Amino acid sequence: MIECKGVTIGYPEKTICKNISFSIKKGEYVCIVGENGCGKSTLLKTVLGLHKPLKGKIAFEKSFNKSSIGYLPQQTEMQKDFPATVKEIVLSGFLGKKKWYVPFYTRQEKAKCNTIMTELGVAEFANKSFKELSGGQQQRVLLARALCSSDELLIMDEPTNNLDSKSIKLFYKLIAKLNKENGITILMVTHDLDKAIKDVTNVLYLKDELKFAGTRDAFCASEYAKLFGVEEE
Amino acid sequence: MNIFEELKYYFQFDFVKYAIVVGILISLCCAMLGVTLVLKRYSMIGDGLSHVAFGAMSVAMVLTIADMYVMLPVTIVVAILLIRLTNQGKVKNDSAIAMLSVGALAFGYLIVNIFSTSSNISGDVCTTLFGSTSILTLNNFDLWLCIILTIFVLGYFIFFHNKIFSVTFDEGFSKATGVKTAVYNNIMAMIIGVVIVLAMKLVGSLLISALIVFPALSAIRLFKSYKSVIIFASIISVINSIIGILVAILWGTPVGSTIVIINIIAYFICWCVEVIIRETRKA
Repeated sequence: MIECKGVTIGYPEKTICKNISFSIKKGEYVCIVGENGCGKSTLLKTVLGLHKPLKGKIAFEKSFNKSSIGYLPQQTEMQKDFPATVKEIVLSGFLGKKKWYVPFYTRQEKAKCNTIMTELGVAEFANKSFKELSGGQQQRVLLARALCSSDELLIMDEPTNNLDSKSIKLFYKLIAKLNKENGITILMVTHDLDKAIKDVTNVLYLKDELKFAGTRDAFCASEYAKLFGVEEE
Repeated sequence: MNIFEELKYYFQFDFVKYAIVVGILISLCCAMLGVTLVLKRYSMIGDGLSHVAFGAMSVAMVLTIADMYVMLPVTIVVAILLIRLTNQGKVKNDSAIAMLSVGALAFGYLIVNIFSTSSNISGDVCTTLFGSTSILTLNNFDLWLCIILTIFVLGYFIFFHNKIFSVTFDEGFSKATGVKTAVYNNIMAMIIGVVIVLAMKLVGSLLISALIVFPALSAIRLFKSYKSVIIFASIISVINSIIGILVAILWGTPVGSTIVIINIIAYFICWCVEVIIRETRKA
């Protein structure tokens, strides 16, 4: 689905991470791990096309088009007091696919939005204000928006930041379900690999360069496993 | 004469009617634009640009050409550049905007003082800065330009409100999922330029920010959804401007500052209402 070849990421004045080559196949659940500042988020943004790679190439499968990416970004300071209802936010997930001259959401889109909100357990907040929700609820709302824009590929940037441990567990359970039952491919940057590891299929480890790219089992058996508390029993 | 008779008397004059119509249109534009600017933390950009518009107006005064021909293009170009630099993270803090805005003010006043042929320089400058009565002295060209531009701006805000919401709320997400955010940002920058130039007619360049910021802030205090914030900001902005213009006509106060004071009063009323609602919910 995604093919990344010899990519170097960073800014013109500073290289963050080099020699990144990996491929992601349909249905995989891939985690990117590494220390702060190693370029995890930058790699994600490069895959999304928000950031240009310094070297190398990232290619999507031909049949795949950009408007079917689901993206769950890190929350910004601005969103904390943004006046918006849950419904307004979730519906905005459809906009990438819409023609520019269609100003409103169609009935089908509204129906699909309701289905997704029900599935993620946020339908009861539909008309509530986003800023009044708890951190875990907010993340599920943003996940619902991502699912409106794609039912194939979900790209997430530290989705469990600022969540309490109960919400983290719930969130990863939800992601595992989307991956297994709905067959959605997942690419995620995470701080708490140990909590997600049982459902993950592949791991990428960055430190100045791509140190590890392979299956979960190989990662757990590797020397890096203990850095993340996921070594084999 | 009581107030109503007096108003009836004034409404016989075309310039009063024009002032009300243009006032309503401009305040609608300012309110809609204001919501985006406030939420994107761009309030200071609006303020800086209004000073740039003053600089451009001074140039027009010196060259004795119609001010719109200079102000519109200059303000729009600076707006696009400024928004682009901000988005690229090249203008990181408010100081760049502060430099630009005081620079434009100083430049404008300086060239007017040196080159102007007018016999009443301080009067002219005061009019541009604080609006004074310029809304009541609109000529036909200004009037129609105002009407056409505001219709375009309002049409854009209404037709693209969902996209504007998405780009404002989360530009990264919008761009990643295929929304052409650069196009919307450039159009928004152009609109900022247009609205600021228009609003200069109503309240003068130093007071524009008030017209942009207060209705949005009032609405954000009271409403939770994006759509209701936009609608309420528009309504309150129009009401404030009408009251402001009428008060200014009846008591002979300067139009710009009267409108701004009315906006401030409305903001405090909204604030009080918010507190009351919160307290009653708690109880």
